[in-house]
Amino acid sequence: MTYPANPRDVQLTADGQLKHFLSISGLPKALLTEILDTAESFANMGEQSVKKVPLLRGKTLVNLFFENSTRTRATFELAAKRLSADVLNLDIKTSSTAKGETLMDTLQNMEAMHADLFVVRHADSGAAHFIASQVTPRVAIINAGDGRHAHPTQAMLDMFTIRRHKGAFEGLKVAIVGDILHSRVARSQIRALNTLGVEEVRLVAPNTLLPVGIEELGVKIYTSMQEGIKDVDVVIMLRLQKERMTGALLPSESEYYRLYGLTTEKLAYAHPEAIVMHPGPINRGVEIESAVADGSRSVILQQVGYGIAIRMAVMSMAVSGQTQERAQIS
Amino acid sequence: MRLTISGGRVIDPAQNLDQKLDVHLQDGCILKLGTAPADFTADQTLDASGLLVSPGFIDLSCHLREPGPSYKGNIASETQAALAGGFTSVCARPDTQPPLDSPAVVRVVREKAEAVGQVRVLPVGALTQGLEGQLLTNLSGLQAAGCVAFSNLRAAIQDNLVLRRCMEYAATFDLLLVFYPEESSLAAGGCAHEGAMASQLGLQGIPETAETLAVAQNLLLIEQTGIRAHFSHLSSARALQLVSEARQRGLPVSADVAVSHLLYTDRQLEDFDSNFHLEPPLRSETDRQALIQGLARGELQAVSSGHLPHEQAAKMAPFAASEPGISSLETLLPQLLSLVEENLLDYSAMLASLTSGPAAVLGEKLGSLKPGMPADLTLFDPEKTWLLNEQSSYSAGHNTPCWNRELKGRVMATLVGGELRYSILGDPLTTQAEKAVKA
Repeated sequence: MTYPANPRDVQLTADGQLKHFLSISGLPKALLTEILDTAESFANMGEQSVKKVPLLRGKTLVNLFFENSTRTRATFELAAKRLSADVLNLDIKTSSTAKGETLMDTLQNMEAMHADLFVVRHADSGAAHFIASQVTPRVAIINAGDGRHAHPTQAMLDMFTIRRHKGAFEGLKVAIVGDILHSRVARSQIRALNTLGVEEVRLVAPNTLLPVGIEELGVKIYTSMQEGIKDVDVVIMLRLQKERMTGALLPSESEYYRLYGLTTEKLAYAHPEAIVMHPGPINRGVEIESAVADGSRSVILQQVGYGIAIRMAVMSMAVSGQTQERAQIS
Repeated sequence: MRLTISGGRVIDPAQNLDQKLDVHLQDGCILKLGTAPADFTADQTLDASGLLVSPGFIDLSCHLREPGPSYKGNIASETQAALAGGFTSVCARPDTQPPLDSPAVVRVVREKAEAVGQVRVLPVGALTQGLEGQLLTNLSGLQAAGCVAFSNLRAAIQDNLVLRRCMEYAATFDLLLVFYPEESSLAAGGCAHEGAMASQLGLQGIPETAETLAVAQNLLLIEQTGIRAHFSHLSSARALQLVSEARQRGLPVSADVAVSHLLYTDRQLEDFDSNFHLEPPLRSETDRQALIQGLARGELQAVSSGHLPHEQAAKMAPFAASEPGISSLETLLPQLLSLVEENLLDYSAMLASLTSGPAAVLGEKLGSLKPGMPADLTLFDPEKTWLLNEQSSYSAGHNTPCWNRELKGRVMATLVGGELRYSILGDPLTTQAEKAVKA
């Protein structure tokens, strides 16, 4: 087995173009900006009468979801169709035994059918890297969430949202609130925000929901909501899974809501023009008050719309990177 | 049969010896070092000039995969790999299929090992039936069948009363118990050292306290029951400190580190390379440095290979889903030599951890070149570079980050009981007649 020297090598072609999109880690600021700019060109397409461009005509995308997802899969499907690609959706329930073999066999079968793009969601951290480096390196892999590791398209649509509403990243203070421990979204957001050059990334959570040593990613840790969101420009709320009450991570939803739930009262600590984001689906009354989720500062629904543009951008860029690399090899 | 190994640099930590000397062997044992006895005429001579001559290496923990699924290896393939790695004795882990929990299975392993006639295989018996941590095995019977020590491996005994009884019963026969310390509730579901790297990669961490809690608890019960105990595969600085303090208090305990933990840290996980998925997990650079220092200072008595060969499919999976373990018998010497080259270890400390150290842990008459000891010797060239690949490797497991890499330092010949069992020296042995013709 030969592994590349660093994750960046897996994701980029020799001349620095995207060929897989696995994680934000290792990607330079210029490339993230290119993704945002490309997405910008797709962003208003949904409002036009003809909602398609022929960029991926004749290409086949396979949505390989080893974990349940409704919304992410739907936005990938819609994004692919707007790029004129053919789409195949596969929901694969992994058996707990021989997980690796199932994964490998499934992917190699799909590769043999000459798919051009795999969108993969998997419960194991590193699954997308494994596929891109070991299993099907000639198929563009887009990571739609792997374990607790990364969810880079979600992070990029969040960056897109921030740029649209705040103009630029410089000088921004951003707080990410909630279950950081289990959140692949948070890990990708932290990397993206720091690469794009915000002033400060804050994490707000009780100690049980903070991963050990996460401050090495360049974040400030707060356990108090009031202090953590004080004067921030962006508040990103994370979903709290109900099963976190078991295993002594948290005592109860009501205590969590009292301490970390985003209410109108707590939002008053943030900057007066702060926006409120959430990767969805939201738990009203658990991590966020309905009045805030539906209020004027909330951009939660816009995020969903931008997701399609970001996924169109990433897919078209990765397929183009793969095509170029193949041309160079042959 | 009389053999002289001539012209090599002989290092025998048990005698504090490092000198260019001839080694004379007779009837499978060491006869004398230095000038030959007056009445001694060697039947054959092995020219070791330019090589280091050491007592044969002893491994306290390796998996021979037999009985068990043959695609992961077998006694023939893994003991051949051991010879090529310079080992003359290896302790075989009890987690075979079925486990080494009955004298019958142990006998099968020993007979098979004798039939292939490569290294000495020293079985480590299961401490509890099926390694399930509930019912004692026939410890005395297993000892009679040839088990040199007993362990429940990483499958820790959950019930402290059962653990205490195991220790008390084993103490009855003055048996050696080997602990792979891990508190399972803290380690559950984990696959990497709990720290910044695991957090960034989204891998479930195993905290240092999973190891230290188990060490502390075992030490207290060892003190109470008076059992001889060995801790294998220590991975953290703090655990080493606990064991060292206990030794200073006079407790009959020893410890080893697996070679991978001297070479690698959790930084290696950055690319999700499943070859670095190990049990216990690779920990921090601070831990690695403390373990190297512990070895140099003699606080760790041995380096074990921790050899766990796997077929390719076992590692072809996302990190957490891959099977833990590394194939390391054949890479251990060059890996340790790299620490000598960095001046972190000297030859004497390195070789003590492979010879006199593990021999003392086991209480076996092995690991030295004193006259009368079994003639188990390893001859190696610390400068020789070579490629680990299909041609040079014998283990069924290619699961090592060293695969297809150039390594520096190679075993050139291995002798067990005075017999040349492995050699890449070409035609190494010359008889007296040939020698006379040449002269």
